[in-house]
Amino acid sequence: MSTAAPELEQPTLRIDGLKVRYGNSRRGIDAASLAAVRDVSLQIFPGECLAIVGESGSGKSQLFLAAMGLLAGNARIEGSVRFDGEELLGLPAAALNKIRGSKLSMVFQDPMTALTPHVRVGVQLAEVRVHHAAATWRAAERSALDMLERVRVPDAPRRMREYPHELSGGMRQRVMIAMSLMCDPRLVIADEPTSALDVTVQAQILGLLRDVRAQFGTSIALISHDLGVVAGIAERIVVMYAGRVVETGTTRQLLRAPRHPYTGLLTRCAPNLHAARLDRMPCLEGQPPSPTEPEIGCAFAPRCPRASGLCREQRPPLRRIDEHSEAACHHPLAP
Amino acid sequence: MPRYLLKRLGAAIPTLFIIVTLSFFITRWAPGGPFDEERALQPEIMANLQRAYGLDRSVWVQYTRYLRGLAHGDFGPSFRYKNFTVSELIAQGLPVTLELGTLALAIALAVGIPLGTFAALHRHSAMDSVAISLAVLGIAVPPFVVLPLLGLVFGVALHWLPVAGWEPGSIRYLVLPVIALALSPLAYIARLTRGGMLETLRSPFIRTAVAKGLPLKTILTRHALRPALVPVTGYLAPAVANIMTGSLVVESLAGLPGIGRYLVQGALNRDYTLVLGMVILYSSVLIAMGLVVDVLHAWLDPRVRFAQ
Amino acid sequence: MSSGLWRGAGRRLRANPAAMVALAVIVVLVMLALAAPLLNPNSIEALDWSQVATAPGVAHAHWFGTDRLGRDLFVRTFEGARTSLAVGLLAGAVSLTLGMGFGTIAGYVGGRADYLMMRIIEILSGLPLVFFVIFLTVILGRNGYVLYASLVAISWLTMARIVRGQTLSIRRQEFIEAAVATGGSPARVIIKHIVPNVLGPVAVYATLMVPQIILVESFLSFLGLGTQEPHASLGTLVAEGAGEIEAAPWILLAPGILLALLLVSLNVLGDGLRDALDVRDPG
Repeated sequence: MSTAAPELEQPTLRIDGLKVRYGNSRRGIDAASLAAVRDVSLQIFPGECLAIVGESGSGKSQLFLAAMGLLAGNARIEGSVRFDGEELLGLPAAALNKIRGSKLSMVFQDPMTALTPHVRVGVQLAEVRVHHAAATWRAAERSALDMLERVRVPDAPRRMREYPHELSGGMRQRVMIAMSLMCDPRLVIADEPTSALDVTVQAQILGLLRDVRAQFGTSIALISHDLGVVAGIAERIVVMYAGRVVETGTTRQLLRAPRHPYTGLLTRCAPNLHAARLDRMPCLEGQPPSPTEPEIGCAFAPRCPRASGLCREQRPPLRRIDEHSEAACHHPLAP
Repeated sequence: MPRYLLKRLGAAIPTLFIIVTLSFFITRWAPGGPFDEERALQPEIMANLQRAYGLDRSVWVQYTRYLRGLAHGDFGPSFRYKNFTVSELIAQGLPVTLELGTLALAIALAVGIPLGTFAALHRHSAMDSVAISLAVLGIAVPPFVVLPLLGLVFGVALHWLPVAGWEPGSIRYLVLPVIALALSPLAYIARLTRGGMLETLRSPFIRTAVAKGLPLKTILTRHALRPALVPVTGYLAPAVANIMTGSLVVESLAGLPGIGRYLVQGALNRDYTLVLGMVILYSSVLIAMGLVVDVLHAWLDPRVRFAQ
Repeated sequence: MSSGLWRGAGRRLRANPAAMVALAVIVVLVMLALAAPLLNPNSIEALDWSQVATAPGVAHAHWFGTDRLGRDLFVRTFEGARTSLAVGLLAGAVSLTLGMGFGTIAGYVGGRADYLMMRIIEILSGLPLVFFVIFLTVILGRNGYVLYASLVAISWLTMARIVRGQTLSIRRQEFIEAAVATGGSPARVIIKHIVPNVLGPVAVYATLMVPQIILVESFLSFLGLGTQEPHASLGTLVAEGAGEIEAAPWILLAPGILLALLLVSLNVLGDGLRDALDVRDPG
C-alpha cells in the first residue's frame, strides 16, 4: 500500500467532472432527460481500496460503467476519466479493448447472469489471456487453473470444465474475481460483488478481495450500498447521493465522525443502505430525488433535519474540510 | 437427454402411422379409380389389371400388404409409369431433390445468419432498414414467382445462367433454382437472427464479455451466437417444410428430375401409389427434422440439457 | 380497454410509413381489380387472333400485351387478382370463424375439451398440409370446393391457437369472473366479453392469413391443381408466363409483379398492425 502523500502520486484512476445523462433520442417526443451522474470527481491511488457508497439511483454504478465504456448508446457522457494518465472517454474501441479486461477490469454484481451460461468456466477465464497476452490456449488454461486455485476454488481442475450453473453462488463470484485478475490489472472495479450472495459467503468474498490486494497490489474500487461491508476493507470512502459526491474521507474518520448529515444518519441508523430496508430506517424518511427532476438547492434538503432556507435554494459545493475529507454541505456536522 | 429423445420418438412413430393409414384409406375409399382416365376398357382387361395391382382384394388385405411392403421399403408399383415401382422412382429422383434442398437450406443459413447479425449490430441505421425491407420481400414472394423472374433477368436478358434443364454433376443448372428456393427461408432466418441477436446482446453476460476487452468477433461467435440462434432452431422444421413445398414448383419449372416433379406429375395424372408414397416420404422427413431440431435446441442451451 | 386500444393503434399505424404505403397499394390494386373490366373493353375469353403474343402497347388497346392465345393480359391479370383476392377473403373469413370458434371454446372451457382440441391442433400442425391438399385434389378431383376446403383446413389452425392463447389469458382476468358470477351463460360471456378483447391479435393474424391463403392458392394453381380454366388466378397466369419468358416475357411480368406486390403489401400491413397493436404471439 502506498505510503506517500496522495497529492504527490499519480492516481491510477482520475475522474473529473463526470456527467452521465440519458436523452430521449426519438424525434418529436422529447421526455425530460435523465441525469444519472450529475458531476463527480474522484481519484483512486495505486494499491488503495476506495469504497463508493450510496443508495440505488445514486449513480455509483453508472459512474464506473461510463468509465469502462459499457453504457448504452443513448448515454451522453461529459467530463474526463484518466486511467494511468490516459483519457478513456472518447477512446476508440480498439484502444479501449486493450485496457479493459487487462489493466482495468470489472467484477459484476450477479455472477449467475454475468457469466456466459453456455461456455465452460475454463474457457471464459482463459480467453482473457489468449486475447490480451497473446497466449496459447494451453498456457492460458494453465494460468486460469492457477488463478482458480489462488482464489481458493475447491477442486479447480474439475471446475474448469464445468458450466457456470453447476457452481454455487460463492464459487461463481470467485470465478468472476479470478477472471478480473487474469492479466494482473492495475485497478479492479467491484460493483456490489457481494449483494447477490448470502451473508456467510459475503464475508469469504470480502476476505478474498483483501487477500487479492495484498497479493497483487491492485487498487480496488468497491461499489456498495452497505457501509458495513466496506468498513472492513476500504481505506477511503466516497459517499454519493442523487448523482453527486456528498462526502469523502478515510474510513476511520468518516465512520467515527461523519461531516455530511446524510452520512451521519447512515452511520448512526443503519449501516446497510439496501433499498428494501430504506423505508424502515427510523431516522431517514422519504426517498432520494428522481434522476429526471431538475436540481434546486441541495438534493438532500427535503430529508435533512438540518436543512435551512439556504440549503433549499443553493446547492452546496463539495468543500475540503481537512486534509483527508470533503463534504458538500452548508451546515456540516461538527467533528 | 436420451430419455427425452425416446419420448419424442415415441410420439413421432404413431403420428407417422396415422399418416400412412389415413392416406391409404383415403385413396381406397375415394370416388373413382386410377384407371378411370384411360379409354374405357373391356371388363376382362379391367379385371386383369385390378388383379395385377391387387385391387381386387378387400381393403384390409390391401392395407396389410401395403404395410408389409413399406416395412421392406416397397411403396408399390406406379400406376402411370408402368415399368417402374414407386421405390425406383424415389431412388432416381431423391438425390436431385436432396441436393437442391440441402443447398438451399445451407445457403439460407450461411447468408441469413450473418445478415441478421449485421442488421442487429447496425440497428437503426440505413443498412438495418434496407435489410428489414428486403427480408419482408423475401418472406412474402414465393419461389414460383421468384424463379421465373430470376430466369428472365439472368437467363434471358443476361445469358449468364441456364433457365431450365439438368446435367448430372453440373452446378450451373442448380444456381437459380437454389436461390429461388433459399430466398424465403433466408429472409426468415435473417429476421429471426436479428431479433435473437438484439435480445442476446442486451444480456448481462455480454456486458461482461465487453468489459473483458474481447474483440467483437469473439464476443459474437463464442458468447452471443448460440443463444441468439435459439429462435432460428425453432424455425428449422418449418424451413424444411417450406423448402420441400417450394421444391415442387422449382423442380417442375426448372425441369429438374427430382421427386418433387414426380409428385406433381403423379398428382396431375392421378397416380395414387406415387402420390401416396411421396406423401409418406415427405411426412417422414418432416417428422425426422422435428426430432433433429429438438436435439439441436437442447444442445444450444446447456440449461435445457441439464434440466431434463 | 377496447376503444382506447384501437385509437392508439390507429395513431401508431398512421405513423408507420411502410404500412401506410402498403395500405395504399392494396387499395389501389383492389380498385383496379374491380374496375378493370370497365377500363378495358376486352373480355377475358376473347381470343384476338390478330394479336397473338404481342408486347404491351397502347395502340392496339392491349395495355399489358396478349398471351399465346391472343387473350388480353390487362383484363386477365386483374381478373386473376379478383380471383385471388376473393379466394383469400372468403377462405380467410371461414378460417377466421372456425379458428375463433374453436379457439374461444377451447380457451374458455378448458379442461379435457381444451386438452383434446390442442392435441388435435398439434397433430394437424405436424403434418405437411400442402402435400395433403395435393393428395386430396388427386383423389377428389380438381374442383373449387376441394380447393376452398383445403385452404381453410390449412389456415384455421394458427388462428385457433392464437385465439385460444388470448382467451386463456383474458379468462383469468377479474371482469370475466364477475360476468360469470352475475349469471352469464358461457355463450353470452364469450360473445360479449371475450371476443371484443381478442379482436386485436385476431385482426393482425387475419391480415397475415390472407396473403398466406393467396400464396397457397397461387401455388396450387401454378401446379395446375387449383383454379381451373377458363378462370385464372394469379397463380395460373404466372405459370403461363413462366413458360414463355424467352419468347414473351410480358406474360410473366404483369401477373408476377402484381402477385408479388399484393403479397408484400398484405404482409407489410399485417406487420404494421402487429407493431401498432403491440401483439405478441402467446402460443
